[in-house]
Amino acid sequence: MLIIILGICFTTLGMDKSVFQTIKALDAYFHGTLEGSEDAAVNKIILLLRLPRITLAILAGIGLSIAGAIMQSVTRNPLVSPFTLGISSAAAFGASICIVFGQGSFFDSDAGIIFCAFVSSLICVFTVYSISNKIGINPTVIVLVGISLNYFFSALTATIEFFAKQHKLEEVVQWTFGTFNKSSWNSVIVCGIIVTVCLVFIFRYNLKLDVIALNDDETAKSLGINPETIRTVSGFLAVLITATIISFTGVIGFVGLIAPHMARIIIGNQHKYFIPFAGLLGAILLLCADTIGRFVLYPVNIPVGIIVSFLGVPLFVHLILSAGKESMN
Amino acid sequence: MLEINSLHFSYKNGHPVLTDISFKVKKGEILGIVGPNGTGKTTLLKTINKLLIPQEGKILFDGKDIAELSIKENAQLMAYVPQYSSSFFPMKVIDCVMMGRVPYSQRKYTKRDKELVFSIIEETNLVEFAFRNIKEISGGERQLVYIARAMAQQPKIIILDEPTSSLDLKNQLFILNTISNMARDGEYSILMTLHDLNLASMFCDKLLMLKNSRIFAYGDPQDILTQENVDIIYGVRTSVTTEDGYKHIRLLK
Repeated sequence: MLIIILGICFTTLGMDKSVFQTIKALDAYFHGTLEGSEDAAVNKIILLLRLPRITLAILAGIGLSIAGAIMQSVTRNPLVSPFTLGISSAAAFGASICIVFGQGSFFDSDAGIIFCAFVSSLICVFTVYSISNKIGINPTVIVLVGISLNYFFSALTATIEFFAKQHKLEEVVQWTFGTFNKSSWNSVIVCGIIVTVCLVFIFRYNLKLDVIALNDDETAKSLGINPETIRTVSGFLAVLITATIISFTGVIGFVGLIAPHMARIIIGNQHKYFIPFAGLLGAILLLCADTIGRFVLYPVNIPVGIIVSFLGVPLFVHLILSAGKESMN
Repeated sequence: MLEINSLHFSYKNGHPVLTDISFKVKKGEILGIVGPNGTGKTTLLKTINKLLIPQEGKILFDGKDIAELSIKENAQLMAYVPQYSSSFFPMKVIDCVMMGRVPYSQRKYTKRDKELVFSIIEETNLVEFAFRNIKEISGGERQLVYIARAMAQQPKIIILDEPTSSLDLKNQLFILNTISNMARDGEYSILMTLHDLNLASMFCDKLLMLKNSRIFAYGDPQDILTQENVDIIYGVRTSVTTEDGYKHIRLLK
């Protein structure tokens, strides 16, 4: 698996320059000879554009698919994705507010958009949990409230789009497509830290997730697990990962829905095994999608969010059909 | 020994479901709980298993109040075999039984856990089903899997809700014999709700008859399964005889 990923990495790098060049670039960086050599420009492109882009694509793939996997497990619902709690619309709303109204302030910048999208996602999740808490944090309630908030924030965003000026409107729509165009080492570091920290917690939950996913709440309690606590913590971790990633990249949907399913069909239901596999699948999917998006209409760069859906759907349908009726019941 | 003292429970709308319930269950004893639908049999089981909290009353095991136990400690003390348990994604029999070890595991199952589960699967004759999908086996076999899982929890108390309700005659006998053997080996206190009074007569050491949220009768089945008691509790007419040393209840039209 890892070999496949490395292979894809180098292929995408190699689309522009060879592996050899990458190594030269890294060598130049570490020896401080980046500036001034005749390869300077090429080296810089590789180091400052390609590598962060590839790393971010891998991180986003891992993060989004694992977030989707644990959301599906704790809600026992195969239709759930990391965006079920409404954060995709909330993030889009936050970004649109910033783009349309944030003139000449901190908000009129990439950092501002990232900040607004993230805060907006958190507000959405906080609302979902506050409402759900009144009834009890069970799967149905969370999903219903999340869906409602999804529509609510969509409506808010649509309102802003309605009143926005032409060029601002374009910017908002572009943001929602989901792209790795603005990848930088900063975004990689932030996403990398958050994803790694959350993954550590998630791996400690493997057994408990197994129990919750495969049994009803009463059985889980009789086996010594508190479903509500697990649901809350997992939800929080999933949302943190997702909100962080999409604040930087825009909304990349579908990976979080299909990568876990594909992993479950191929590997089975034990979280210890299928969660890392889902992460790898997600990473591969996004890397491929990004690469295709860059070259299919060269030099136009199609956003990865769009490609993922085109790429993922046939793959997913093929997998469902070959898995047969039994495993879907 | 399990002691239930003056249990009172009502749901939020205030209607009392359990009133002043007190009884004891010794180690190695099988207690059957019978009564018409809605008398609170399942509620009683859930209260003992801490899935529901009683408004009043105490539940003690070996003198210690179980309300003080954490959810994990409680899972090590008692196992609950529900009537139905739905599984949402496919699961193998061996994985299901293995989950009985969750109350003892932190992040993964140890070698000892696996050895225990394998020996339980052998004891309960589940070896040929071990790698089958739990949805593909029959109801009786599935019930057996849940019982095996309960055994894997190594509890002191096993609580079963209608373990034989949806099973055919042969499977009813098989499951009840398995439960009987578990108790005879002296390791567990067993509580189960039953609809079939004849089976209750044959397999229970003590019987608890509930009516109108209270205990109507408590004692040896051969003593309390009288025609008057059964008629009063269920609102029917029956004829009660003794055959092979067991009370036999026949419903009259």
